[in-house]
Amino acid sequence: MLRFLVPEPSHAKDTFTAADVERLARLARLALTPEEISLFSHQLADFLAYAEQVQQLDTSGVAPTSHAIGAPTELRHDQVTPCLSRDLAVSQAPEAARGAGLFKVPRVIG
Amino acid sequence: MMTSALEIRDAIRSGRASTVEVCRSALTRIAALNPSLNAFHTVDADGALARAAALDARRNEDGHLPLFGVPVALKDNMCTREMATTAGSRILDRYIPPYDAAVTERLEAAGAVIIGKTNCDEFAMGSSTEFSAFGPTRNPWSIDRTPGGSSGGSAAAVAARLVPIALGSDTGGSIRQPAALCGVVGLKPTYGRVSRYGLLAFASSLDQIGPLTTTVADAAACLSIIAGHDERDATSSTALVEDYAATLTGDVRGLRIGVTRSLFGDGLDPEVLTACDRSLEQLREAGASLVDVELPHSSHAIAVYYLVAMAEASSNLSRYDGVRYGYRAAGASSLGEMYDRTRDDGFGPEVKRRIILGTYVLSAGYYDAYYLKAQQVRTLIRQDYERAFAEVDVIAMPTSPTPAFKLGDRVEDPLQMYLCDVFTVGVSLSGLPAISVPCGFTAERLPIGLQLIGRAMGEVTILRAADALERATTFARELPPDVRPA
Repeated sequence: MLRFLVPEPSHAKDTFTAADVERLARLARLALTPEEISLFSHQLADFLAYAEQVQQLDTSGVAPTSHAIGAPTELRHDQVTPCLSRDLAVSQAPEAARGAGLFKVPRVIG
Repeated sequence: MMTSALEIRDAIRSGRASTVEVCRSALTRIAALNPSLNAFHTVDADGALARAAALDARRNEDGHLPLFGVPVALKDNMCTREMATTAGSRILDRYIPPYDAAVTERLEAAGAVIIGKTNCDEFAMGSSTEFSAFGPTRNPWSIDRTPGGSSGGSAAAVAARLVPIALGSDTGGSIRQPAALCGVVGLKPTYGRVSRYGLLAFASSLDQIGPLTTTVADAAACLSIIAGHDERDATSSTALVEDYAATLTGDVRGLRIGVTRSLFGDGLDPEVLTACDRSLEQLREAGASLVDVELPHSSHAIAVYYLVAMAEASSNLSRYDGVRYGYRAAGASSLGEMYDRTRDDGFGPEVKRRIILGTYVLSAGYYDAYYLKAQQVRTLIRQDYERAFAEVDVIAMPTSPTPAFKLGDRVEDPLQMYLCDVFTVGVSLSGLPAISVPCGFTAERLPIGLQLIGRAMGEVTILRAADALERATTFARELPPDVRPA
């Protein structure tokens, strides 16, 4: 099978450490296992070394593109229209007080 | 044997077949072949047969509908009311949407019968379907190879003639690459051409829905049905929807096709290059002219694409928290623990990788260096295309640098998996329409696809060029080995 040649980064990238992954996992609300933390730190370091190429480009004065075809041109009228009923809205919840139309979650305040 | 969607519709309209017969035939093929292909995750046999019977009873009134009686499949990231919609993820394993996606509504209003939902990489993140929580889909042309991804189930279902039309979604190539690897037609419309209401979001500045079909005419007909403004998706365009199938004249005289030779570097399989060159020569013989064009920033498209897509994914996927729908980890003693464990159990490895990296590039101190920088280079990539389209009407390049690879070959090496998107992601970043059309086979009988890229809202032009190539060749009529008529 063909493999792609990956360009060497032009200067050494700071390593993407296990501690970085742990910090980001907390921000992203993911309880990663130690094996995942170790694997991801290597794989993401590889990607960031590859992605470093964009930092070598001169983009001074270049406007960022957030949407390729521009922002929405026509906004809908701000009118009240029918939406999902409360029963339907809670119908897929893992736990709910269905009669009352409420989602249930574990204790929030100690 | 299943033929094209338009042929099926005409057979039903004229009374040569009934919708129920066509539907039964599709279900029989699915029952026979899906256990080995895993193209479908959900098959709604009872619902489809009931719907088919109802359509047969209304043939006189509704027979004029453009997809009357045609069985179709949807990628499993498009909502179907009362039919499971998993996006290939354990976190939505038991999710039954309480509403239909816009494309679901439009296909049904056009008379189609929704047979079921096709397997895909989890939340459309992958290029091989190996990241589906429900096992990989297999390529009908070679059972130990990937069908591509992320819409691999849709491509395999169409290639094996289980259904004539399956919708896919394309964020960085997820319609075009599996179409190429399975030898079918795959159309990614212009960003905003098709409403994404009810599409489970991956990267909102890139996601677009489109058809996978056996013929260009079917893709054109399907686009006319699913395209159009929808106020429930503010990015959907108000541009006029055309009768695309009616514009397929086969005439490419005077068409200027840009060829990007400087992109054909390391990693491009020589058989893919030869097949694409031969097809371009056929278009030239049919009256098109070939013009060399340059897209100088294309070499950065993969890095830019993954930075942008991962950032948007990390934001979009924050909604899966075990509160309102989907999976919830049992036994958590606090809300925070419930979130953390639900997401770790519910998401697979590729989704977690992208959430972590997306969170990183959006976080304080790194935003400017990665995300903002990527958005600026995105502008340069888009401007390359704008400059090229001042000179040409269509830009051609291979859809995928290689034919279908073996299952397991790239799954342990995310970067190698990302690099197979080299020819598709720049188009996505620029929001342009592109079609992959069968253009040959390797010596091992693996399909090869040619990608034809158009100007924004220029679907008519790329469909016409793809149709002209289809008329000049026989590739679209060739069947995978195990589905040849006996």
